[in-house]
Amino acid sequence: MPRAYTPKIVTANDLLEGDVIYLTADDRWSRRMAEAELITDEAHAQLRLLDAERQTDRVVGAYLADAQAGESGPEPTHFREDFRRRGPSNYRHGKQETAPQPRA
Amino acid sequence: MYLYSEFDTAFLAERNAQFRAQVERRIDGSLTEDEFKPLRLMNGLYLQLHAYMLRVAIPYGTLSSAQMRQLALLAEKWDKGYGHFTTRQNIQYNWPKLRDVPDMLDALAKVGLHAIQTSGNTIRNVTADHFAGATADEVADPRPYAELLRQWSTDHPEFQFMPRKFKIAITGAEADRAVIKAHDIGLQLVERDGVLGAKVLVGGGLGRTPMLGKVLNEFVAFDDLLAYLEAAVSVWNQLGRRDNKFKSRIKITVHELGIEEIRARTEARFAEIRPEFRGADMELLERIKAQFAPPAFRDGSTAGFESAYSNDPVFRSWIDTNIAPHKRADHAIVTVSLKAHGATPGDATAEQMRLLADLAERYGHDELRISHEQNVILPHVHKSDLPAVHAALKEHGLATANIGLISDIIACPGMDYCALATARSIPVAQQIATRFDELKLEHDIGHLKIKISGCINACGHHHVGHIGILGLDRAGVENYQITLGGDGTETAALGQRTGPGFAYDQIVPAIERLVYAYLDLREGPEETFLQTYRRLGMAPFKSALYDEEARADAA
Repeated sequence: MPRAYTPKIVTANDLLEGDVIYLTADDRWSRRMAEAELITDEAHAQLRLLDAERQTDRVVGAYLADAQAGESGPEPTHFREDFRRRGPSNYRHGKQETAPQPRA
Repeated sequence: MYLYSEFDTAFLAERNAQFRAQVERRIDGSLTEDEFKPLRLMNGLYLQLHAYMLRVAIPYGTLSSAQMRQLALLAEKWDKGYGHFTTRQNIQYNWPKLRDVPDMLDALAKVGLHAIQTSGNTIRNVTADHFAGATADEVADPRPYAELLRQWSTDHPEFQFMPRKFKIAITGAEADRAVIKAHDIGLQLVERDGVLGAKVLVGGGLGRTPMLGKVLNEFVAFDDLLAYLEAAVSVWNQLGRRDNKFKSRIKITVHELGIEEIRARTEARFAEIRPEFRGADMELLERIKAQFAPPAFRDGSTAGFESAYSNDPVFRSWIDTNIAPHKRADHAIVTVSLKAHGATPGDATAEQMRLLADLAERYGHDELRISHEQNVILPHVHKSDLPAVHAALKEHGLATANIGLISDIIACPGMDYCALATARSIPVAQQIATRFDELKLEHDIGHLKIKISGCINACGHHHVGHIGILGLDRAGVENYQITLGGDGTETAALGQRTGPGFAYDQIVPAIERLVYAYLDLREGPEETFLQTYRRLGMAPFKSALYDEEARADAA
C-alpha cells in the first residue's frame, strides 16, 4: 500500500523584506502560517509550488514544507518550520514584534 | 591603520554602483533569483531564515573609531539597533531590507569597509591575531601582510570561481590566538637570519571533516611569499573537487594527495610564476607598513592604576581576567567582553559600539579589534586610564569580567537565524552562562573554553573548544553532541566525542556534570579543565556524563 501523503504548505521568503511567507488558498501571500493552504494531494501540491515559483518578482526560494491541521489552521511538524513561523528566540524580533499582516 | 587609496575608493564606488543596479533589476523582475543570487553573495548578502543578512568584513579584525561609529549607524538606521560579531572577524546585520542594502554598502564605503568576498568560493576575509601590534610576543605585526593579502585576493581574477571558499589566518606570534591550524592556509611570521618571512600551514579546517593544518613550508621569505601563496592556491584551484561539495576544500586535497605531493606541485608552480613577481608587492608592502606604524605611546605614572587595583575588588577582578600584557609595561591590552551573562555572544548594540569608538578615540589611539572569540579589544590603553575605561564600560553593560572563562562562549547564530543550522546555539550559550553565574563558580572553574555550533559546518569552532557542543537534528528533535579536549591554540587538538547526544533541555545539566567532575578531579585550582582532561582522558568525564544520567533515570 502506498504511504499516505504528508500534508504540505507552500512557503517562501518575501523578496523585499526577506520575511517568511505562506501561500494561501485564495492566492495571497500571508505572514501567518495559520492562513496557509493545507495541501493534502501530491499533484495539487506540485501545481501550487509551480504557481509560487512563477512569482519571481515577489518571492524567493519557494518550497513545500510538511504541515498538519491544527485548531486554527496549518501547524508545523518540524521545529525548523516552527522557528520560521515564530522568529528568533534571543530577541522578540521579526514576526514577534509586529502584528501579523499580509505581505507581497 | 590602512587608509584607502584613490584606487581602492574608486574600485569600491564602482562595485557598489554595479550592485545597486543589480538590486534594481532584481526588484523590477529583469533578474531572476537564480541570476541574482551569485551577485548578491559576491557582495555579502545572504537570505537566511527570517530575513536577509549582510556580512561585512572587518579586515584582520582592525577598526578605527570612525569605522565602528559607522557600523553603529548601520545597525540603527537599517537594522534593529545591533550587530553580531562573528568568529571570522566579520559583523553581520540580521535584518536588512533588500532595497536598503545598496545604501548600507555606500555608507560602509565612506569609511573604507565593504562586504566583498564575505561569501562565495573566493578567498574570504583574511583574519589575524587580535592582539597584533600590541602584544609583546610577536616577531612582527602581521597586519601589513594581511592587508597586502586583502588587496591581492580582492577580485583576483584567478580566484573568483574556486572549488570552494578559502580562508587565510595570520599571526606574528608563537602563541596562536588566530586558530591558524584550522584555516585553509595559516601563516605564522618568523624571522630567519634577519629576514622576515612566514611558516606556511595548509589544509586545516573544521566543518564536516575537521583537520589540523600541516606544514607546507617552514620558512618562506616575504619576497617570495605572495608568489608562493598564489602557487599553493592555484594548485588546489586546479585539483580541488568541484564534483563534490563535501570534498572540495583544500584539506581534502591535501589529505588525498599527501602533503609531499602538494608541496612538490606548489614548488613547481612557484618556480613558474615567481619571475612574474617583480617586486611591486614588496614596494606596496613597505607603503602599507608605514600606515601601521606603532602609535605615539604616552609615558606617565601608573600609580592611579595601582591604587585602584588594590582598593576596588570589582576593578581588580576585571583586570585579572580581561587584561593582557602589552609590549610596553605601562600599557595594557583590554578585552571588552560581549558575553554578559545571558546575552547573545558577539552582539553589540549601536550605543555600545559608539561607546567603544569613543573609548578608542579617547584612550586607545583610535584603534579597535574584533576577536574571533566575538569580543572587542582596545589594544593600546595606558594603565593610568584603565579605571576610567572600566567605569565607562560598566555603565553600558560591557564590564563583564569573564574573558577565557566558562561564560566567554563562542556560539554561531544557529537556527535562530541561519538557514543551514540544524539546531539552536545562542540559547544554549545563554543558559550555560546564566547557570554558572547563578552557581558563582565561574572564577573558581578558571580557564575553560566552550564553543557551540548549530550544525556540522562548525562556524562556532566546536571541534577546538575545551568543551565543544554540536547541535543536530535527530529524528526531528534538537540534539546536542559533546566533544572534549579540543584546543585552538599553538597546541591545537580536535575534540573527541563523548558519546550519544543530549536533548535541548538536558544539555545544560550535562555541562554542569562535566564541570563538577572536573572540579573533583583536578589536582588544584591551577590545573585547567584542558590539563585535567589531558592527564586523565575521556573515561572519568564520560562516566560523569552518562553514568549519573543512568542513575537519575533509574531513580
